Amino acid sequence: MAADESYPGDLKYHSEHDWARIEGDAATIGITWYAQDALGELVHFEPPEQGGSLAKDESYGEVESVKAVSDLISPLSGEVIEVNQAVVEAPETVNEDPYGEGWLVKLRLSDPGEVETLLDVEAYKKLLEEQ
Amino acid sequence: MQTLRRTPLYERHAALGARLVPFAGWEMPVQYTSIVAEHRAVRTSAGVFDVSHMGQLTLTGDGAHDYLQGRLSNDLDRIGDGYAQYTLLTNERGGITDDLIAYRRRADDYLLVVNAANVEADHAALDETDDVSAEWALLAVQGPEALDRLGTAVEPFTFREDDVLGVHCLVAGTGYTGERGCELGCAPDDAAQLWDAILERGVVPCGLGARDTLRLEVCYPLHGNDISPERTPIEAGLGWACALEKEFTGVEVLRRQKEEGPAEKLVAFVMEEKAIPRHGMRVEEGGEVTSGSLSPMLDVGIGLGYVGADHAEPGTRLSIDVRGRPKSARVVKKPIYKREER
Repeated sequence: MAADESYPGDLKYHSEHDWARIEGDAATIGITWYAQDALGELVHFEPPEQGGSLAKDESYGEVESVKAVSDLISPLSGEVIEVNQAVVEAPETVNEDPYGEGWLVKLRLSDPGEVETLLDVEAYKKLLEEQ
Repeated sequence: MQTLRRTPLYERHAALGARLVPFAGWEMPVQYTSIVAEHRAVRTSAGVFDVSHMGQLTLTGDGAHDYLQGRLSNDLDRIGDGYAQYTLLTNERGGITDDLIAYRRRADDYLLVVNAANVEADHAALDETDDVSAEWALLAVQGPEALDRLGTAVEPFTFREDDVLGVHCLVAGTGYTGERGCELGCAPDDAAQLWDAILERGVVPCGLGARDTLRLEVCYPLHGNDISPERTPIEAGLGWACALEKEFTGVEVLRRQKEEGPAEKLVAFVMEEKAIPRHGMRVEEGGEVTSGSLSPMLDVGIGLGYVGADHAEPGTRLSIDVRGRPKSARVVKKPIYKREER
């Protein structure tokens, strides 16, 4: 079952519809409810390599629904410390729980100062209203 | 800006929360809930599609048979009155202007149901026909339980006029999903009543997204993707719908190509790695993907594409260029999905 629309207040957001949960110098990232709803039921997650480095605002992988392919844009820079294999095996997990079980990648941040550039939930919701 | 046309069921789709997209000049539902769920409903129970965007041409009167027999690829004498036939409208080069279903009401009375995007081209090539598309709404009710839910019966590729759920319809044993079921043609003013009655029977509303994945699993070609005016029926594996012993537009090209063998063939393939092929992707051995998706029933990437005739045998390995990453695929016999696998 697809999740109901929500945007947790404890997350940081990127304008390309990604979220980040900051834990010290690490971050868990994923895509927002809006992004998964726009794509429809996900059927494929092409993850980045474990140990590889991601650059903020650049593509780090892909998600696909039956009809569409979408680049994943990293909200932050860092090293991939974990890929969510549960989503590789069952991509629809992202539709069911985009901020919980449907996380995509965990990063060790190379520039924690970048967090300041992300949107808080109010700013992200405002951006959605303008879409 | 071009205004999109709407079917008589537009308000119904909007009320159900369908995602509406432009398709062949029409604003059509691509999905109501999820393409995968709608696809599975058709494979396991019953689904209904609004296909009122499709076009209808008629030709009635003396000479109708001979006129169409000289322009459509299949042999109208292979079917009797009350039967339907898959056939092709070909051009002088043997290319496919459109694929369509011809309904033979009497020897000199035909209804042709054609692709929405090709109504004008078809009408131009079949200039003696009348375009009566505006007089028809069309619903496809498909799936193993479809006919039971409607309380009707119809044999594949037959049709008749009948009342279904209180609405006067043309009931045809045709469809585009590989499942049993029917297509119901009715007056546009009756379409909403028929749609509501079908949904009351627990039939799942399905969008064009599921229609596309369903037809791809059973390897029915989509005009504009897998077949086109630049591709011939011989290349597309549709020689079975061409009566090469009769005369029709482009037949000499097709006879020659059949004898010499086409340089390229349309093949079905299944991915051997986790990847989804898409329309336009390159086949590294030479060729191009014309349709691709995830198969909701098999849970693997599947596709159709043109490859060199020397790579067309089932079992042949292909490499698909998935946005710069080569992914392994294997040519398979059509259809990709068969009922027996259930």
